[in-house]
Amino acid sequence: MSDVSLRPNEPNRPLPPVATPTRGNGGSVPAHAAVIAERAGKSSEAKAPATPDKVVVRDLHFYYKNFEALRGINLSLRDKRVTAFIGPSGCGKSTLLRVLNRIYQLYPEQRATGEVLVDGRNILDPKVDLNLLRAKIGMVFQKPTPFPMSIHDNIAFGIKLYEKLSPAQIDERVESALRRAALWNEVKDKLKQSGLSLSGGQQQRLCIARAIAVKPEILLLDEPASALDPISTQHIEELIDELKTDYCIAIVTHNMQQAARSSDYTAFMYLGELVEFDETEVIFTHPRHKRTEDYITGRFG
Amino acid sequence: MSPYARRRAVNTLVLSLSLGATAIGLLWLASILWTLLQNGVAAIGVDLFTRSTPAPGSEGGGLLNALYGTFVMTLVATIVGAPIGILAATFLAEFGRGNPLAPVVRFINDILLSAPSIIIGVFVYIVMVKQMGHFSAWAGSAALAIIVIPVVVRTTEDMLNLVPASLREAAFALGTPKWKVIVMVTYRAAMQGMLTGVLLAVARVSGETAPLLFTAVNNQFWSVNMNDWMANLPVVIFQFAMSPYQDWQRLAWGGALIITGAILVLNITARILANLKSFAK
Repeated sequence: MSDVSLRPNEPNRPLPPVATPTRGNGGSVPAHAAVIAERAGKSSEAKAPATPDKVVVRDLHFYYKNFEALRGINLSLRDKRVTAFIGPSGCGKSTLLRVLNRIYQLYPEQRATGEVLVDGRNILDPKVDLNLLRAKIGMVFQKPTPFPMSIHDNIAFGIKLYEKLSPAQIDERVESALRRAALWNEVKDKLKQSGLSLSGGQQQRLCIARAIAVKPEILLLDEPASALDPISTQHIEELIDELKTDYCIAIVTHNMQQAARSSDYTAFMYLGELVEFDETEVIFTHPRHKRTEDYITGRFG
Repeated sequence: MSPYARRRAVNTLVLSLSLGATAIGLLWLASILWTLLQNGVAAIGVDLFTRSTPAPGSEGGGLLNALYGTFVMTLVATIVGAPIGILAATFLAEFGRGNPLAPVVRFINDILLSAPSIIIGVFVYIVMVKQMGHFSAWAGSAALAIIVIPVVVRTTEDMLNLVPASLREAAFALGTPKWKVIVMVTYRAAMQGMLTGVLLAVARVSGETAPLLFTAVNNQFWSVNMNDWMANLPVVIFQFAMSPYQDWQRLAWGGALIITGAILVLNITARILANLKSFAK
């Protein structure tokens, strides 16, 4: 990640000798440490050849009216890799995600300056066709958002927007999207029922299926599992793992273990700045900044 | 007195006062319904629905022409007014953000919503009846449509605003054009609320008298000509109730009972629709 300039938001202070991150309760190691240790065991496959940058963000500033929510972000997302964004609430990680498909532009009082290059093209350019851009960059939100229509139509809706297909071809695409989202077996007999009749975890997988059915190149996941129970969360994490072979994935999460488990790169943000960005293993084992270490060990946040 | 005993005493006092106020309100309502039933039931019969309003002093007759007139004029008013109201509300809820025109439109709509309906009758008299040179059912429908619009605008805007922003964002995030987001997602999610609003507007105009006094007036005979005067329940009730003829007074009671029943049914339907959870949350 030499092409990424890091902008620490405080003067570099000498780090204290790295102590084993322990809490007051008898030296239990945070759970994500075990996750990282386990990952290290199979590091041979983790060290896959580097993939090209899919998204490059340069000096990105973002404003909600007069409030500056992002203060000069520089980073890049690699293709076919998962990048996790962590940080305390209000640090700007969701905001950053919302810039990448320009969904923020629904609200006139929000604006962004700087450059976001997707495949080398600046998407903040006002000439960019927003609908085509968003068709290429899928997004899944924190709360499940099934449309008020049948399960089948929820998925077919997006497909029909940009492709002229026969009903049989659409059914095929609906099925493959639901299969990839690990939802097919649960809904194959009730495709005509309302999407709202599903459970929360199923609804979220429906939304993921809807997002991948239109064959985007980039997937933005904004805390996709925060409202779900552990089993649904596991489903979704397995899904992310499987999807990353095809997509460039950015995921915002409050769950340290989730970031450690499912991402290749991790970005730690604080108060609108990117504090540290590196391979996930590095962030979780040898963070360079005190604040990163404090956050991942649970000392603040 | 301990603070707790004092709170209990105050609670009892306020509770009895509110119950008393509710009882007084319900008492008048019940008494109105009871009087209507008592006097109206006698007039209900086959003739009421099959014969037109009788000439002064003649025996029998019914309200067929008035029922038809109210039905047709309400229908036309809804067909004209509801789409205009829904489109205006769509502008306010979906395009109004940051548009300086939106608050102005909303303010004017609120004024229109509370405008005395007789003013609207006079307005239509001047712009339509005067120009055409005669009273007509078209003018009556127009006056009712003007009353439908602000009701529909208000309810539809409220319902569209209840659709969570996250649902719209999800639709936009797929690359959906704005018009399609509105028609395929937002309208669907707000559908039952919008229907409820239209039904409430229908209930409101089907009992309006004042806007019709200067527009469709009344017609003693059966008529389906929209360019002619047209009978309608509220004006018939108004005229017959004031008349010295017993027969007419009886028909007025019957009409009042029918219109109250119809509005009750509309309101209950609207309420059931609003509570339906099956097709959108």
